[in-house]
Amino acid sequence: MSGNMRWRRLRRTLAEQAVGYAFVSPFIVGFLAFTLIPVAVSFYLSWTEYDVFSPPRWIGADNYEKMFTDDPKYWKSVYVTFSYVAASVPLRLAFALFVAMLLNTSTRAIGVYRTVYYLPSIIGGSVAVSIMWRNLFGDDGVVNKALQALGLEPVRWFGDPTAALWMLILLSVWQFGSSMLIFLAGLKNIPSIYYEAAQVDGAGPVQRFVRITLPLLSPIVLFNLIMQTIAAFMTFVPAYIITKGEGSPLDGTLLYSLYLFRQAFVFSHMGYASAMAWVMLVVVGALTALLFVTSRYWVHYEAKGGGRA
Amino acid sequence: MNARWRKAAYHLVVAGLAFLMIYPVLWLVMSSFKPSPLIFVTAHSLIPNPWIWDNYVEGWKGIGGRPFYEFIRNSAVLVVLSTIGAVLSSAVVAFGFARLSFFGRSFWFTIMMLTMMLPHDVVMVPQYVLFAELGWLNSFKPIVVPQYFGVPFFIFLIMQFIRTIPTELDEAATIDGCGKFRLFARVIAPLIAPAMASAAIFSFYWRWEDLIGPVLYLNKPALYTVSIALKLFLDAESVSNWGAMFAMSVVSLVPVLVVFFAFQRYIVEGISMTGLKG
Repeated sequence: MSGNMRWRRLRRTLAEQAVGYAFVSPFIVGFLAFTLIPVAVSFYLSWTEYDVFSPPRWIGADNYEKMFTDDPKYWKSVYVTFSYVAASVPLRLAFALFVAMLLNTSTRAIGVYRTVYYLPSIIGGSVAVSIMWRNLFGDDGVVNKALQALGLEPVRWFGDPTAALWMLILLSVWQFGSSMLIFLAGLKNIPSIYYEAAQVDGAGPVQRFVRITLPLLSPIVLFNLIMQTIAAFMTFVPAYIITKGEGSPLDGTLLYSLYLFRQAFVFSHMGYASAMAWVMLVVVGALTALLFVTSRYWVHYEAKGGGRA
Repeated sequence: MNARWRKAAYHLVVAGLAFLMIYPVLWLVMSSFKPSPLIFVTAHSLIPNPWIWDNYVEGWKGIGGRPFYEFIRNSAVLVVLSTIGAVLSSAVVAFGFARLSFFGRSFWFTIMMLTMMLPHDVVMVPQYVLFAELGWLNSFKPIVVPQYFGVPFFIFLIMQFIRTIPTELDEAATIDGCGKFRLFARVIAPLIAPAMASAAIFSFYWRWEDLIGPVLYLNKPALYTVSIALKLFLDAESVSNWGAMFAMSVVSLVPVLVVFFAFQRYIVEGISMTGLKG
């Protein structure tokens, strides 16, 4: 009797498992086919010489060795990419937070402002915007006209490697809208009673920002910092379009992704490109882990879940 | 009185900044109505004088021997096929993760969240090799097919939405003899339509603006998308005119802007709900 019941229960559990896996199976199959196996293949290819047309040839650590010791362009692209990430991500987040705080009031016009500030994020990844940016920063483009109107020297944005990289950084900062929306949602969740209490205790606006706003937003800041850093490392379209796929001038905008793309699909160095991809994976993974570890010291989690009554 | 001045100053700053943000786009749009030789001579002015439509006529003729509407059609086919797959498969998977209990659920959920953080460059080369082996080069398949296996960002977005639906609903449906498949199709799916709309809008943006997929996989002029066409305009910049390139850039942005203004609510909700970048 009890054996029969146990059997029925087992069958029910098994059916439950089957139904659960049936629903998530698209993801599992896709993950294996388009992510896990490719990542493994990428690792294998990074130890080979491979041009797609003939089978991969095992060359040991040659790709890595060449990358680290014998390819100045590689180090240039690493330097350019780190400069780009280190400048664009903090600037973008700071600007997003600044505007979110500006908009965190109860004016009726907020909807309109929010729309306008968010708009660049929606179109920012497109080729059209890269073309637009390229022309804004031309020798006699709008930016130089504005600089001249302010009595400043025009900049040769395409002639100077540093200026060219700043052009890309500005394009990234211009698209602060999605971070702004996330911060805005976070700000709305901070109970106004905190600010009122602080004001009663005589805290100024700076103190209120440092002691209330920043700590309570810090989990959101951490999350944004990580996602934006990863995205910044992978920036491709602006560099590809604005410099017509070459990372000019003098490799000043040769972002890592662009150099990887060129190695893989312009020079057919698939093995070398795979090695580059793996180094990127390790570096991005290490950076993310570092952010998580250090977050213990600067991210504030409220004791009670949610924080709202 | 003081409060009113402060309010005016606030609006002046915020609106001024907003104008600065939107100025590049306005400049692009207005320049597309200027004669090519005048675009940079009159770059400081937003008002085209004379106002002409020739750039649109010229650009619409296309590039590389293909009319521009063909690029739009190709992009539209890609967007529609990808979006249907991405939204439906993500909704199914999201329901599985959010509402069903099975062995290894949290393991697979963690894997999914991790893939969201995986740099695309790592899989780019081997995926290309895989699709080349399958003979899928110069077809939409390499771009469309992976969308039918759930997109982590959309799965997460829809999951967050499902979590706001009370589980009592599931229990009631189960007591009424509703199986999990019917529960999903009849009860949950209609309720999560707003989240699916958010996902569809993001999918539309990503596929419409995608450049690297078409650059890698669509190397036949008959398959070129709008992104590729614009790149061709840019490559031919020295010989052709800027006007046509600007005009077709504007054309490429029109669907994006229309969707943005029509469905803004879903976008804002999608971003706020996941706390993730769109």
